[in-house]
Amino acid sequence: MGCLDKLPYEIILRHTSFAECREYLKKNFRELYTVAPGYKIFDVHIIGVPPISLAIEGNTIIFPFTKPCHGTFLVSVEDEEEATRIRKENYKK
Amino acid sequence: MEKTENGNMDNADKALLVLGCPQVPIQTTAVLYIAGRLKKAGIKTVIAGTPAARLLIKYGDIDGHYIDEIKDLDVIIDAVAEKKESYPRCFVFIHNDAGVSYAATMNSLLDGVVYPVIFGSDAEKMAEMIDFDCEKIMAVAAHNPKPLISAINRVLKWDA
Repeated sequence: MGCLDKLPYEIILRHTSFAECREYLKKNFRELYTVAPGYKIFDVHIIGVPPISLAIEGNTIIFPFTKPCHGTFLVSVEDEEEATRIRKENYKK
Repeated sequence: MEKTENGNMDNADKALLVLGCPQVPIQTTAVLYIAGRLKKAGIKTVIAGTPAARLLIKYGDIDGHYIDEIKDLDVIIDAVAEKKESYPRCFVFIHNDAGVSYAATMNSLLDGVVYPVIFGSDAEKMAEMIDFDCEKIMAVAAHNPKPLISAINRVLKWDA
């Protein structure tokens, strides 16, 4: 998985799990999408247990990010172009 | 070693071994043991791992007796996700939640067989989190590799 450090990210949940990420997104966001493992966001292929949920709020993308030594984080990155692309490529849940 | 036109080995008789953080001591031993079994069976071995995991393997197999290629984990994920590389068999070494994520991802991206190799003090909990159809290799072990080696031997039948 590409390096999160290259993105202007904010961490929402630390040392979490994919199930916890799914629940958090479901409870806190209305615009949800499901993607397959390997789906590319920015230059990063998403690693995870399917179904992988992500959310978009305005131009901010909220998605799970796994680091081998540190586990899974839920992060948010604001990017209008990428948010538009994800909306076009995926069906809203 | 057979090479294709683009310099990569032919994928037909290759196995990918995916290594996460080498926090649990028996990981490196289990990797080299499985790689040794694969090599005896005529299967080429490719390691994908974090920098520390790769160095442990590199210096543990300095003459390349067991490992044919060592690659960066992110590079392999990119190549597999973009269908530039494929592997008929893949062993994912798991001792934490991240390992489960990598196994599920490999199972989703690869057409081949994925073997989760699960160890560490939370092995049973990690094994329960793996819900795709697979043959799990599992032992609650961190320092003494014997229980995991025994579990590997129960699954790997194609020894030379």
